[in-house]
Amino acid sequence: MTDLAVTLLLFFALVSTAIAIALLRSLFAVVMLSGVFSLLAALLFIAMDAVDVAFTEAAVGAGISSVLMLGTIALTARHEMKPKRWSATPLIIVGIIGAFLIYGTLDMPAFGDPNAPVQTYLNPDFIARTPKEIDVPNIVTAVLASYRGFDTMGEVAVVFVAGLGVTMLIGGSGGFLRRRYRETVLSRKDGQA
Amino acid sequence: MDHHLILRVVTRLLVAPILLFGLYVQFHGDFGPGGGFQAGVIFAVALILYGIVFGLSRLRSIFPDRWVMRLLAFGLLLYAGVGVVSLIQGGNYLDYNVLLPSAKAGQHYGIIVIELGVGITVFGVMMAIYYGFAGRPPSIEDTDW
Repeated sequence: MTDLAVTLLLFFALVSTAIAIALLRSLFAVVMLSGVFSLLAALLFIAMDAVDVAFTEAAVGAGISSVLMLGTIALTARHEMKPKRWSATPLIIVGIIGAFLIYGTLDMPAFGDPNAPVQTYLNPDFIARTPKEIDVPNIVTAVLASYRGFDTMGEVAVVFVAGLGVTMLIGGSGGFLRRRYRETVLSRKDGQA
Repeated sequence: MDHHLILRVVTRLLVAPILLFGLYVQFHGDFGPGGGFQAGVIFAVALILYGIVFGLSRLRSIFPDRWVMRLLAFGLLLYAGVGVVSLIQGGNYLDYNVLLPSAKAGQHYGIIVIELGVGITVFGVMMAIYYGFAGRPPSIEDTDW
């Protein structure tokens, strides 16, 4: 009963935050509210006993994303422009897609259903094997780091490439490209002057 | 943000506990929720908070740019290196059982080392992205918000 009340309250707060984000024009407020949205989502994950996911959501969604959004705002604009005229098309499209998504969830197994495919296929095997083979209390870590170690290495490589890409595009100050730019282009300009 | 006394004092108080918490999440990942991904982000958050409040140039003097790319690559190499070590020891790639004489101990050490690699890379990437965004010319003035 309390579970249901907490979940409903969190969902209500989530939806209110989302509506507020859609309505607000001040991008600073939008960024702050999206941080609130992530924190509420993290709380919801905790209510569903997914602590590892909640942890990531709180750290990445509420922490880093907000900082990066603020950085982006600092480089671009502080306020969203008012649309020239109001149009119903986006609302209708979003409504239809939302209706389809809700329709899709009707086929999904109920939350915590022991007969759901995800609970019957690989999970029992991991739960049975982890204490014998790996002997760490957190099975999530055992799956992530050992049974699926290769996948995780791919994920780290993806994160690595993302960092490289951002650095190459908008670059740190001491980077190779920036230095070459300074040496070639700027010195040429100086020469002309 | 020179005149924000409360922010400066609170940041001074918070940075060290956040770093400590990051280390806890990093090395406690086998026992509780968390692991390299979260720890790397938390560790970066402490430095980014410092950078926001005390200025980017002070952060840069503590944590220079050239370290960012090195850490980024080092984390991934550490992860991949564990796989190479297990190959040398005669096992499959990333098979931690062969790292130490006891299979379970090998698993424990393997997991700790690869989680450390994950944490270092994620930390490096977060710092790289932050430096990338925050280091561009128009710096944020208080009156802009």
